[in-house]
Amino acid sequence: MDSRNFTYMFYGFAAAWAVLVIYVITLVSREKKIHQEMDRLKKLIEEGSRK
Amino acid sequence: MREKITYVLAAIVGALLVSNLYTILLGLPDEANQGAIYRIFFFHFPSAITSGLCAFLSLVGSLMYLYRRNLWWDAFAVSATELTLTFGAIVLMTGMIWARIIWGIWWAWDARLTSTLVSWLAYASYLIFRRAIEEPTARARFSAVISIFTFPGVIISWKSIEWWRTQHPGPVISIRGGGGMAPGMEAAAYWNLLPLAVLALILISIRLRQENAQRLLDGFRRQAHEI
Repeated sequence: MDSRNFTYMFYGFAAAWAVLVIYVITLVSREKKIHQEMDRLKKLIEEGSRK
Repeated sequence: MREKITYVLAAIVGALLVSNLYTILLGLPDEANQGAIYRIFFFHFPSAITSGLCAFLSLVGSLMYLYRRNLWWDAFAVSATELTLTFGAIVLMTGMIWARIIWGIWWAWDARLTSTLVSWLAYASYLIFRRAIEEPTARARFSAVISIFTFPGVIISWKSIEWWRTQHPGPVISIRGGGGMAPGMEAAAYWNLLPLAVLALILISIRLRQENAQRLLDGFRRQAHEI
């Protein structure tokens, strides 16, 4: 197996996986932000309605 | 229940990807002319099909939004567009890496590469423009129009290797009349298409749920503002 050929094949696989992993990380961080914001607003509304 | 199905599907996709990786790296021989680098095709081709499939789903979501005026379809369209871009990025990057070895250059402005890049940039502009419009129905209507007008670019990119003979190889898979691959190699490409396409559908469903939660959040924000 040509070593240069093999190295670039590895780069190709790594690039494909990296793009997918980065997208999944953005999804997870977005999910966290939505939950945090949801909890914050729910508390705010509850406190406001009590007053 | 829905979450359980997502986890089970994700586990199946993971197992299939690992098994495919084993076949691609260790089960298949090197290609006679290209050596090991041809293995990039097993991610390049399935990602291209998956990206095209997501672009089609984005088109369906956009058309349905304009027909029904229901924001759920807008959320569906934007979720599918994000996956179009994600898998499109994989196609462009893996293609460039393959080209560096086989053609000796990273990029050529040929019909397939250029039309794919233009379509990718058009879908990226869809997401950028969305951020610029605050009002949800105006945003959805504008996005739907962009998505509908961008989709023909995907068709041009798909057919470009038949319409014009330039740098990019012509069709290699047998269903497009290519016949340039050994049957075992072609089957491996289809086997990798299955988990990647299912993964895209899983990610679309997660993203769709987030988009709907975001709408709920906007409602809460308005409620909190009134208080």
